[in-house]
Amino acid sequence: MTIQSWTFLLVGITFALYIGLAFFAKAKSTSEFYVAGGHVPPLANGMATAADWMSAASFISMAGLISFLGYDGSVYLMGWTGGYVLLALLLAPYLRKFGKFTVPDFVGDRYDSQTARLVAVVCAIFVSFTYVAGQMRGVGIVFSRFLEVDITTGVMIGMGIVFFYAVLGGMKGITYTQIAQYCVLIFAFMVPAVFLSLLIAGTPIPQFGFGGASGGEFLLDRLDGLHQELGFASYTDGSKATIDMFCITASLMVGTAGLPHVIVRFYTVPRVRDARKSAGWALLFIAILYTTAPAVAVFARSNLLETVSGKAYAEMPEWFGNWEATGLIAFEDHNGDGLIQYVGPAAVDETGAPVPNELKIDRDIMVLANPEIAGLPNWVIALVAAGGLAAALSTAAGLLLVVSSAVSHDLLKRALRPNISEKEELLAARVAAAAAVCVAGYLGIHPPGFVGQVVAFAFGLAASTFFPVILMGIFSKRMNREGAISGMVTGLLFTGMYIFYFRFWHPEADVPENWLFGISPEGIGTVGMVVNFAVAIFVARLTPPPPQHVQELVESIRVPRG
Amino acid sequence: MTDTETSTSSTRDERKLYWRTNLRYLAALLSTWFLVSYGCGILFVDWLNEFRLPGTGFKLGFWFAQQGSMYVFVVLIFVYVLLMNRLDHRFDVDES
Repeated sequence: MTIQSWTFLLVGITFALYIGLAFFAKAKSTSEFYVAGGHVPPLANGMATAADWMSAASFISMAGLISFLGYDGSVYLMGWTGGYVLLALLLAPYLRKFGKFTVPDFVGDRYDSQTARLVAVVCAIFVSFTYVAGQMRGVGIVFSRFLEVDITTGVMIGMGIVFFYAVLGGMKGITYTQIAQYCVLIFAFMVPAVFLSLLIAGTPIPQFGFGGASGGEFLLDRLDGLHQELGFASYTDGSKATIDMFCITASLMVGTAGLPHVIVRFYTVPRVRDARKSAGWALLFIAILYTTAPAVAVFARSNLLETVSGKAYAEMPEWFGNWEATGLIAFEDHNGDGLIQYVGPAAVDETGAPVPNELKIDRDIMVLANPEIAGLPNWVIALVAAGGLAAALSTAAGLLLVVSSAVSHDLLKRALRPNISEKEELLAARVAAAAAVCVAGYLGIHPPGFVGQVVAFAFGLAASTFFPVILMGIFSKRMNREGAISGMVTGLLFTGMYIFYFRFWHPEADVPENWLFGISPEGIGTVGMVVNFAVAIFVARLTPPPPQHVQELVESIRVPRG
Repeated sequence: MTDTETSTSSTRDERKLYWRTNLRYLAALLSTWFLVSYGCGILFVDWLNEFRLPGTGFKLGFWFAQQGSMYVFVVLIFVYVLLMNRLDHRFDVDES
């Protein structure tokens, strides 16, 4: 069977499964729509959280990113897993005890303020849409490469599927499909990784494989050697400044812990102890992929360098042409010798003259192209396509639910029309979900050029607004409305303006010499968080403590029972 | 002092002790969290890279940044789950 028929088969089967689950899990109440009725067992919630969290970026882009960045790519590995420790220890159990439906719910009730609630609603919607655009782009890439339909049709099909289970089933439908999607995506990620590890390092466990040897030389040593020869920075040493590594990691960790679509998953378990345990399961399930990704990165990098570097363009295998057609690989023969000079910025020839690089490779295709580069069977290649779709769709659904509940619950029920009936609220939630799917689809078909840049925005924003405001709401009884709002607003403005300045206003000035303390826009969320904490604590000292009933609320969320 | 007053004030003391113990656990676990990621993976990475994980091609600092820290994270959460379940039980605030 060809790759294309395998892809149709596997994508068809998984999509049928998601639709079937949607029929099975129709939401009948707002509680089921927002938090699956609070009946999800911890292990199942762990799996659903893992799928919710691992997006098209984790599945498709991350290993590729690390394979180009080497050690510097560690910020994503540590940042996107370490946040779960913060979430499990500092936020999830207490928010579960609080036990409402959304993140703005907590912010509004804890600070006894509609203003705080509205600021939280705006942040939640902005962060979620930023993210969704990236997911839909992932869906588009997979469809256009593997099924040879155009991106618009691909996005429409993806939208249709999400529409089905998100609008019908709400959180209940999303939970069941996310569990299925986790199984699909982890299988699809691991199978080629195990194949590659066997092929290259002779062990089925990729985590050990990339520390292993082949032909009497350690893989990592050979890769460092190749990098040096071709004028790239050494793979296992970094080129980023230590302070920047530190701040990017911190910003991603804290941002992860503050992302609303991840936090709400912990409202769906029955008890506080389940919230703690399911955070553990979630991280375990995530770590399976995240510890494999750096291995895949090393295998892919070695494979790529050995397949293309210095080889004749005319003798490139079939995958090379396929990806050239999508515009994601581009070769330009500067010196006209018909060979591919794929070299780094420091490359020189025998006379010491610089050698220009002739090959451009989009980082996003490394995971998708890897099985083809390694010559793995067709069904494995098709499986990767189905896995990429599962990762993108599961995250998109989780994000759309945040948008829908922010509109129908936080805005409508809690702020504008408190007398709305249960039935009307459920209908509003469905309409909001449907509208959000359409906006997401539009963003997927007409992707704003700045998707890549705004991801830094989403994390920076979550790090400098949600995380501090929730943390202080739990751990400080003295923190009041004035402190929280001024903290959120200054954190938001500081982080937002820093990113906006370097990414949109003066992108040409976006170099380490101009950065504040040498911290890049990706890492500035860490400083934004510190600013938020400092302003909030200062303002709270000058204003009266929160009212008695709020202090009692804080007392009560600190213990599981009573 | 009446009986109810004694019991409320003792509950309050118990709650305080429960919360303080919780904070102690958090301090210990989060220090480990910081040490393996920011410490071994970033701040001391160059020094650790002079060593290797025995029998493998991994430089130690690089290994912590791309593997070790994540294993420790998973263990930390499950240790926290165990500690807190025991603490809840001891202070009789666990859910049925």
